[in-house]
Amino acid sequence: MAAATVDSEITKIDKYSILLPTYNERENLPIIIWLIMKYLDNSGYDYEVIIIDDGSPDGTLEVAKQLQKLYGTSKIVLRPREKKLGLGTAYVHGIQHATGNFIIIMDADLSHHPKFIPKFIELQRKHDFDLISGTRYKGGGGVHGWDFKRKLISRGANFITQLLLRPGASDLTGSFRLYKKDVLLKLIDSCVSKGYVFQMEMILRARQLDYSIGEVPITFVDRVYGESKLGGSEIVQFAKALLYLFATT
Amino acid sequence: MTKLLEWISVTSAAFAVWYSLIGGYVKHPFIEQNMNLIIISPIIFVILFGLYAVTVVLFRVFTFNNCEDAAKELQAEILEAKKDLHDLGLRW
Repeated sequence: MAAATVDSEITKIDKYSILLPTYNERENLPIIIWLIMKYLDNSGYDYEVIIIDDGSPDGTLEVAKQLQKLYGTSKIVLRPREKKLGLGTAYVHGIQHATGNFIIIMDADLSHHPKFIPKFIELQRKHDFDLISGTRYKGGGGVHGWDFKRKLISRGANFITQLLLRPGASDLTGSFRLYKKDVLLKLIDSCVSKGYVFQMEMILRARQLDYSIGEVPITFVDRVYGESKLGGSEIVQFAKALLYLFATT
Repeated sequence: MTKLLEWISVTSAAFAVWYSLIGGYVKHPFIEQNMNLIIISPIIFVILFGLYAVTVVLFRVFTFNNCEDAAKELQAEILEAKKDLHDLGLRW
């Protein structure tokens, strides 16, 4: 009985800050916000959305301001920056004004569906995980909109990474995750890489620092609007990061 | 210990065993009868592992979930969101 009371009090003060780094997401931003509202308002969890726009020339910030008027300043927080400065610093910038004790990171391009957020939260609470990672490679997870070549590169890269690094998580390059706030700060601090390999380093440093990792299968619907990128330079970047992490973690 | 060091230690241990067998440091009739096989065993191992890797990767490529339902659901929700936001007065 006493334990149950304490438990519900902890539950009450939990707050989730959703960080949305944006760059030219004018088309997608209102829809992703609408979806977050739809799935989180029903769940009853306390949350806020922090939009970190890196000076998008398409006027993403203007749309964000309209959304803030519509949904209120307690739900939508704007933390714009002058120009593109990298993901790690975007997260730090967002966290500085986050009032939640948990941070959720997701892409604003609609490839990450907010319906999975309540699942992340439930799993985290059940086992008190330090971080929850969405995974495209396990259970009911998957990807829409990838051709054979893209799948082959993805599966091949994943196989090599699992073999060399044994990271304890199946999706290393995905960026749909939930972190305890202090854990995220510590991980950002210990990461040196930039770009999308940053996500991979975060999970590996988490394993190195003995943080517990939970996984939730997610469906990843590749960019509805705009272009998805996977070129030669991304592959070179990935290979370099793999070798770097192989030698240092 | 880093992953690199782990790989180096396991590989050198395996190499030491193999080398002691082909160098004649361990004597046994069975080893002498199968010397040719022992000499090429690292190559055989690499080939078998390569086949395993290709099989696993291709299997996973072909069984990669395409999420058709999730894509349809999202398209429907996008339309719903656009209509709803338009009704709320948002123009973008």
